[in-house]
Amino acid sequence: MRKLLFESLIRPPLTERPPAASDTAVDELARALDGAAHKRLGRSLSIRAVDAGSCNGCELEMNALSNAFYDIERFGIRFVASPRHADVLLVTGPVTKNMREALKRTYDATPNPKWVVALGDCARNGGCFAGSYAVLRGVSEALPVDLHIPGCPPPPIEILKGLLALLEGVNSKSGPRS
Amino acid sequence: MPALIDFILAGQRVEKHAPWPRAVATPRTWSFAIEQLVEGHWSLLGLWGEPITVHMALLDENAKDIGVVSLECRDGRYPSVGRLHAPALRLERAAADLFGLLPQGAPDTRPWLDHGHWGVSYPLATRVRTSAPTASPYPFLPTEGESLHQIPVGPVHAGIIEPGHFRFTASGETVVRLEERLGYTHKGIEGLMAGSDIDRAGKLAGRISGDSTVAYSLAFARAVEAALGIQVPSRAVWLRALMAELERLANHLGDIGAICNDAAFAIMHAHCGALRERVLRASDAAFGHRLVRDLIVPGGVASELGEEGARAVRSVIAEIRQRFPHLIELYDNTASLQDRTVGTGRLNVQLARQYAAGGYVGRASGRDFDARRSPGYSPYDELNFEIAVLKEGDVNARVWIRIREVEQSLSLIEQILERLPGGPIRVDLAAADGPREGMALVEGFRGDILAWLRIGKGGLVERCHLRDPSWFQWPLLEAAIEGNIVADFPLCNKSFNCSYSGHDL
Repeated sequence: MRKLLFESLIRPPLTERPPAASDTAVDELARALDGAAHKRLGRSLSIRAVDAGSCNGCELEMNALSNAFYDIERFGIRFVASPRHADVLLVTGPVTKNMREALKRTYDATPNPKWVVALGDCARNGGCFAGSYAVLRGVSEALPVDLHIPGCPPPPIEILKGLLALLEGVNSKSGPRS
Repeated sequence: MPALIDFILAGQRVEKHAPWPRAVATPRTWSFAIEQLVEGHWSLLGLWGEPITVHMALLDENAKDIGVVSLECRDGRYPSVGRLHAPALRLERAAADLFGLLPQGAPDTRPWLDHGHWGVSYPLATRVRTSAPTASPYPFLPTEGESLHQIPVGPVHAGIIEPGHFRFTASGETVVRLEERLGYTHKGIEGLMAGSDIDRAGKLAGRISGDSTVAYSLAFARAVEAALGIQVPSRAVWLRALMAELERLANHLGDIGAICNDAAFAIMHAHCGALRERVLRASDAAFGHRLVRDLIVPGGVASELGEEGARAVRSVIAEIRQRFPHLIELYDNTASLQDRTVGTGRLNVQLARQYAAGGYVGRASGRDFDARRSPGYSPYDELNFEIAVLKEGDVNARVWIRIREVEQSLSLIEQILERLPGGPIRVDLAAADGPREGMALVEGFRGDILAWLRIGKGGLVERCHLRDPSWFQWPLLEAAIEGNIVADFPLCNKSFNCSYSGHDL
């Protein structure tokens, strides 16, 4: 272990330069967020991930955000264990009918101000699962959605861009949420 | 005891079912098959429904034979397999929810996938009934005794993981009983597949379990090719194996790190996570998608491996070869970590055998089975690899099986890159005439995935069933956790790493 730790001291870090926030996402958010949120959040964002019936692909890429290459915590973004600690619900999956109630309860347990980010193509409108007896057509059928990050699954860098856009959106003063 | 193949041949054989035979059973031969399962001569590979038929896939491990028996369910009933052979229980409950087929004499008739929210009952039956959403409380199995308390966990878990409910009954710190309740991620994939063209059904198959997208696409493609009698070009066969081994490698690396992380040993997680990320990037460079999704299609593969991609794969293999041994050493020599993994979550050999547990769960508990070797499929018959088997059945053994499989996958990838044949990578699908059925058994990183389908009129998928290895692993987790402390559950659970989405479909 000592050798591994020592090597970590002399080797260059794996962590890569941060990406620019996604432009389209910034535009989308500018409409959704207000300046008051900035004062409350500062530069940190606590995220509660909720799998509402995804195939687990989005979860894999979300987990990858914590590896040394992306190191998401350097941006002040943290995944938290309880919705009570969360600013953002990051929801994946088309929202199965079996998960709708649990998703709503998680949303209700999240204190204001809060945002909902729908992650992945099936979270937008049900994707390839739309039309099944067992699913809704995306997160917006269950909750108000503030931002959507596309992809199947979105690569970590795209998730990061979207979340940075959320942070910037929160930090730039824009009109109140309509 | 007859060999499975003789038993099947004695029945009324179904035409155009490949590569293994299917026969229509009588109630008497159905019961005989159940007896063979109970006595351990055969193993259950799967059990699934159709509107008036129930099918059961069987494996004869000694004779290395596979066969399917089908029983027509007059008035929607059939003799329960789960009554005598417990591994079939949840499969029967699922078939009851989807098709309304009732297993007679089954000890557990609670719904499984149907939580009362769909607005319909028996959605895949010929006559679907609309039903008002009724979320009646689910009766968990009773536990009685002094000072027992229950801990409900989920479906929303405290981490970035899939949803499911765990009901623990504990005496102090010790788990007396764990009962799982799954079905939260049920998307109705089999319903969506029915009537789809092969393209769309293939896309759905690749989205059954995100971490096994390659294995699922491969199982689906092989079943379609078996049904239609298509010969895939050899370059495609080898590229498929390359994709499958990259997927196995990435998942095992992730799992090894995550198991150690659940024992609060973060440095393994950090290093394994970096290696996993490199594998995903190499997959992206080689095939254009980090998880290699939608790239195995019936008839071949949809992406060619270029020189640059091959170089990326070679370089990641070299990197892992250099770094991984240090991590194994670290795992093996850290007493505090071993203290958590050795002897924890023990699954005994008999249960693994009874449930025909696939993958590292089975192989860590003495079950020497790997679909790449038996029934086997190309190109693995031309490649050198070993299958590690241990008998301890604890978390530590499941980690070691993964470590050995990482090493084997590295070697397999090197062999594949060295001997990759040239030529085309895809052939067109022949138009299907009338009903044709095909099946496949493919080794994903988690275990063997069974695919069965019937292609009907106009080349559309009439019925497709995909059975995740987790169906036979989830119940074993309930057994493995018994007598362990609650705090060790995440560790046990991660060492099984069963799929929720793959199971719930």
